[in-house]
Amino acid sequence: MSKTTTTLALAASVATAIAGLSTAAHAQSNEKCYGISLAGENDCAAGPGTTCAGTSTVDYQGNAWTFVPAGTCETTMIDGMDGVERMGSLEELDRDMAG
Amino acid sequence: MITTQTQFRTALLDPSSPPPDGLRNPDGVQATKRFDVYRNNVAVSLTDALETAFPVVNKLVGTDFFRAMAGVYLRAHPPTSPVMMFYGSDMPDFLAAFAPAQSVPYLPDVARLELALRHSYHAADATPMAPDALGQIAPDTLPNVTFTFAPSVHLIASKYPLHSIWWANTHGGEVSKSAQPTLITRPEFDPAVDALTPQQAAVLAALIAGDPLGAALRHGGADFDLGTLLGLLLSRNALISIQT
Amino acid sequence: MLDATRKSLPHTPGVGYKAQHFNDIMADAGPVGWLEIHAENYMGMGGRPLAQLRHLSEKFPFSVHGVGLSIGGEGRLDADHLARLKTLCDWLNPASFSEHLAWSTHDSAFLNDLLPLPYTQATVKRVADHIDEVQSTLGRQMLLENPSSYLAFAESDMSETDFLAEIAARTGCGLLLDVNNVFVSATNLGYSPQEYIDAYPLDHVGEIHLGGHDEDEDETGAPLLIDSHGAHVVDPVWALLGYTLAKSGPKPLLIEWDTDVPEWAVLVEETKRAETALALT
Repeated sequence: MSKTTTTLALAASVATAIAGLSTAAHAQSNEKCYGISLAGENDCAAGPGTTCAGTSTVDYQGNAWTFVPAGTCETTMIDGMDGVERMGSLEELDRDMAG
Repeated sequence: MITTQTQFRTALLDPSSPPPDGLRNPDGVQATKRFDVYRNNVAVSLTDALETAFPVVNKLVGTDFFRAMAGVYLRAHPPTSPVMMFYGSDMPDFLAAFAPAQSVPYLPDVARLELALRHSYHAADATPMAPDALGQIAPDTLPNVTFTFAPSVHLIASKYPLHSIWWANTHGGEVSKSAQPTLITRPEFDPAVDALTPQQAAVLAALIAGDPLGAALRHGGADFDLGTLLGLLLSRNALISIQT
Repeated sequence: MLDATRKSLPHTPGVGYKAQHFNDIMADAGPVGWLEIHAENYMGMGGRPLAQLRHLSEKFPFSVHGVGLSIGGEGRLDADHLARLKTLCDWLNPASFSEHLAWSTHDSAFLNDLLPLPYTQATVKRVADHIDEVQSTLGRQMLLENPSSYLAFAESDMSETDFLAEIAARTGCGLLLDVNNVFVSATNLGYSPQEYIDAYPLDHVGEIHLGGHDEDEDETGAPLLIDSHGAHVVDPVWALLGYTLAKSGPKPLLIEWDTDVPEWAVLVEETKRAETALALT
């Protein structure tokens, strides 16, 4: 690709990008101040009293760790190397291993 | 009898050690259960903070696993600042090394995304550049321009379909089969999360690093569609100035 | 700097500000005359939290209430954190700045809880030195809040009220009297809350806190109240407030509700009760 075509392609890309934008102004209005606020904040309240978890720990390097990931990851199986999703299909796994 | 804060802190985070000497119930007896109030405050408040900070990690592994894992994390990495909004910065590296989580290899990337969302939310305000400014650059100068990005912009590299993993766990939908580096921007007050192709991510990473547009484009390969990437960056108010 | 004109909090009810109440407060704040924020939640660089404060500060005086400075810590104050507090106070110019008689940071680990202190001359000196540093760095007086206590230190050799009076006299700081904390501590440690108020240096009070607590018990079955800030203020605490106001005269009264935060209307009802208590003084 020559320097000229690169330049022309760039200019065309810029024109495309700008043309695709809406012209709405972005004012910081009151309404936009309201919205989802990310929590995870500091406060000065005290927690759950004497009845709860801070008094025990589990050592994951010993035998005490009994938890396995058991959320939505169970249906989101993904191969570590190529990012290809696997939904636990043995057939698909077999095919890959055979290949 | 003096009770030092070193003794107090050690016993707070280590439930196997007895409460420090010198702490008393109202009847004068050594305090035990009353000391647990503080132990619980520390452990539960930090666990809650992590659960709030990493909602998708929590959803992926389940709350039982997450809270037990948080108990390990908070003792290895207690906050180093009183500003709790950014607690958890060591979580991606922690998860990468945490043996019980190895069956979910994309967890560290999800944690990076969730950390970046918080940083984006609290980032400094910036006035986006006028899109016209880009149109006014002479075509033969365009390869030499560099961009300044808004402080709320974060690019999360990932070899996993990171965006759709996050999206499926916040909005629903299927998980993609392709690698999805993820762009976080803040058009106004709420962060936006967009999927990029690996080629878009490579070009954007170069631009964020300060490379001129022409040089950055070489990371995109042949037939790279710059218009789509620029349009996304402009519509998300991700660019604040352009230098020729 | 957003507002250079307000010098003190009004003697009206205020509430601990929560972001989800922004629209309600801007539309109709009811009897709420001022707002208190937890300083650490406004230490980001921008975005919605600071934008909300810009709008709210046009209508309300603010109290900045720190929860993380660790004024009772054995180590030095965190200079970075003090600088962040100064940045926030210089920008917002609040009518009041307050912090807690507690520690929360040790060996650079922040424990996210208000931890207790023994009441001794050694602690007086340390806390007073730290308050001197805070007041000179911020260039303003601060208020110091009494804690909720769950246990006592064998080494303590002075009462909490004597401790606070000596700190106020040494440093010139004001005091934030948390009436719920008085009730919680008195119940937990077995003393009379009224006698505590009788001994408390009320002349130095710049603000009063009210909040809800949870009920628990220790291993002997003795009552153990937890300062949860997650419930209505209970009747005995309202009564203790009345007892206090009768002696102190009207003060700025804050409703704190930090966990299980209710609808704005519930907070308004709580502040109406505070308004009634103020009207009786």
